Amino acid sequence: MHNKKECVAMLLAGGQGSRLYTLTEKTAKPAVAFGGKYRIIDFTLSNCVNSGIDTVGVLTQYQPLVLNEYIGNGQPWDLDRLTGGVMVLPPYQGKTSADWYRGTANAIYQNLNFIDRYDPDYVLVLSGDHIYKMDYSKMLDFHKKMNAGATIAVIDVPIEEASRFGIMNTDESGRILEFEEKPANPKSTKASMGIYIFDRRLLREYLIADEKNPESSKDFGKNIIPAMLSGGEAMYAYSFDGYWKDVGTVESLWEANMDLLGDSPVFDLFDTEHRIYSRNLARAPHYIGSGARVTNSIITEGCEVYGTVENSILFSGVTVERGAHICGSIIMNDTQVKEGAIVRYSIIDGKTVIGERATVGEDRGSGRGITLVGGGLVIGGGTVIPAGAMVNDSYVKEHIKA
Amino acid sequence: MLVQGIIFSNLHDKNISELTRRRTMASVPYACRYRLIDFALSNMVNSGITAINVITHYNYQSLLGHIGSGKDWDLARRSGGIKILSPYMTAFSNDHNQLYNTRLEALKSVNYSLSRFTGDYVVLSDCDVICNIDLNDMISDHIESGADITLAVKRVLLTREVSARSVIIDSDDTGRITDVNAYPTNVTGYRDIDLNILVVGREYLQSVVLDAIAHGYTSFSRDILARGAARRRYRIYRYDGYFATIGSLADYYYHSMELLSSGENRDKLFGIRNRPIYTKVQNSVPAKYSDTARVSNSLVADGCVIEGTVENSILFRGVKVGKGTTVKNSILFQGTFTGENVFLNCVISDKNAIIRDGRTLSGHESLPFFIEKGRMV
Repeated sequence: MHNKKECVAMLLAGGQGSRLYTLTEKTAKPAVAFGGKYRIIDFTLSNCVNSGIDTVGVLTQYQPLVLNEYIGNGQPWDLDRLTGGVMVLPPYQGKTSADWYRGTANAIYQNLNFIDRYDPDYVLVLSGDHIYKMDYSKMLDFHKKMNAGATIAVIDVPIEEASRFGIMNTDESGRILEFEEKPANPKSTKASMGIYIFDRRLLREYLIADEKNPESSKDFGKNIIPAMLSGGEAMYAYSFDGYWKDVGTVESLWEANMDLLGDSPVFDLFDTEHRIYSRNLARAPHYIGSGARVTNSIITEGCEVYGTVENSILFSGVTVERGAHICGSIIMNDTQVKEGAIVRYSIIDGKTVIGERATVGEDRGSGRGITLVGGGLVIGGGTVIPAGAMVNDSYVKEHIKA
Repeated sequence: MLVQGIIFSNLHDKNISELTRRRTMASVPYACRYRLIDFALSNMVNSGITAINVITHYNYQSLLGHIGSGKDWDLARRSGGIKILSPYMTAFSNDHNQLYNTRLEALKSVNYSLSRFTGDYVVLSDCDVICNIDLNDMISDHIESGADITLAVKRVLLTREVSARSVIIDSDDTGRITDVNAYPTNVTGYRDIDLNILVVGREYLQSVVLDAIAHGYTSFSRDILARGAARRRYRIYRYDGYFATIGSLADYYYHSMELLSSGENRDKLFGIRNRPIYTKVQNSVPAKYSDTARVSNSLVADGCVIEGTVENSILFRGVKVGKGTTVKNSILFQGTFTGENVFLNCVISDKNAIIRDGRTLSGHESLPFFIEKGRMV
């Protein structure tokens, strides 16, 4: 059959990511900007392409506009293919029913028809909100070698953090004996990364059964995996030992960005063996002015820097005026930092203006936490935004006099 | 109204033989991430001209690689889009195969394609016109004035040196061209120079080319413009934005550095609202500055890694500046690698040049030191 694919990836991108506050007010979490010129979903999409998977369904639901526009026809990832490629899959109206995606399992269930078109042997289920580089083809090889019904990628986490994750208890061969969601007393440190490979027929069977169960919350971790375990299916844990970061909170998003900096960064974007692809713009090169000072930072096209930038990440089109000082911060696209303004330990979303001599945040050492300023805001000259503030429209109206 | 475009990709290759040994003038790299043809293409696309023909001559592999399907300029179209008119040898013609040298000969060589044009107007542009011009305004001017040919000019202060490589256009108060002086060596003062961008009615262009074939004409400025100035309505259109054209390697260096000396030049070229300059986008990582980086008054492209000092310089994509290295007043093309403790001043390095640890190289503004493509120093 012409359309036959060995493995189809289903990328869950419908999450709201409410712990990112204003960053996800108008954007789905996978579309949140990252690392100067990327969006979070670039990492998962690039992983697919680098693993030889050329058919990816992206399941969207929450605020899909930016994400849809960004993915487009998939050309930046070489995912504009005659058959397969990337396809955005929003919830839809059927002949007899219409429904939002009610849980991760239900989202895949509603798109079984998409999977069936390619007649795959395996289905790879991914989430679009992690920063990591992984070769899924190695995991698929493991899945085949073990003759598994399902394989779940796991990563070793410190035992004290294990109770925040779904933990797999396995035997020596890696076969999963027990799965505990956020256990109070974890028996192992193998945490689920939310990356699953299923035998397609088995997945189909369990999704249909789960759909019929009115008690189910239609979630992979809570329902499908436990059901498969109790059904006696061969389920294996695939250990991954590389960089993997959940960027679900403002703090972890900041940390993951900072992991890109340094002479030998924790996460190396310059790795030519495993490139990260993104939709590139055609903006003018960035300009560093005469009095500027830029150290240990990442800067991209369209920026103009006349002030000081240290340990920071500037997205495209950011302007840093004379005397402005940016330290340990992430400044997203087209934001202007005016003369003499100081920004410390903060994330500033795109198209915001930080007025002259305004102060945003405090150094991380102060312990008062990270500061977040939303997109498209105007922070007037001389304004002081205290450390730990989450600044959005209503914050500006309440606290900042025009 | 349909307007079609023609771009000449090779006409001035001899001007900077260092950079055009293995590429066309059109594909000479410029300003960190562009190739010269990007300006002509973007000007056309931004003015709604989406059927563009590029006439090539020799060495055009790099140009084909750059243009690809034309997608990056939104020119991958089902109808129109970009079309390469490459030279060809006809069968059975023995020793009669000759490639063109001049603009008019280039047009004669594509006479067949030209005869298939269906648009109302044609915009012709050289590839080394570094400017951001609103061609729509120029086309409107052409239509309103009822001109046969409208030529873009810019009023500049000429020195003998500049005049010797310029075509000087004289016109009367109404803007009608009265005389054309090609490359005079004795003209100074404020005069209008030809920008090598012109608008012409499609039918008139076709008739001019057929006439040139019949009469054996070879020069557009001499045989068409100068000869016809008295009889025809040839007019000027004055452009007053940023303009540069490249006459020599020193010229290339001068105009590149001009982008650093004034933010106004950059704004007039890259900062005009709704008229961006497009180029082939590549997947590159952002630029990375280390703790030891000291950068001032420089333009830097994505993918650079800077650990040393960079002053008054232009770094193309993926340039590496090593620890203890100083790069001053230099232009380093894509993939140039400098090791540690290197000192460069007034250097132009072509793509993928390697400068090993401890080397010192210096040219002068009037004679930049040139390192050829892939060369290791």
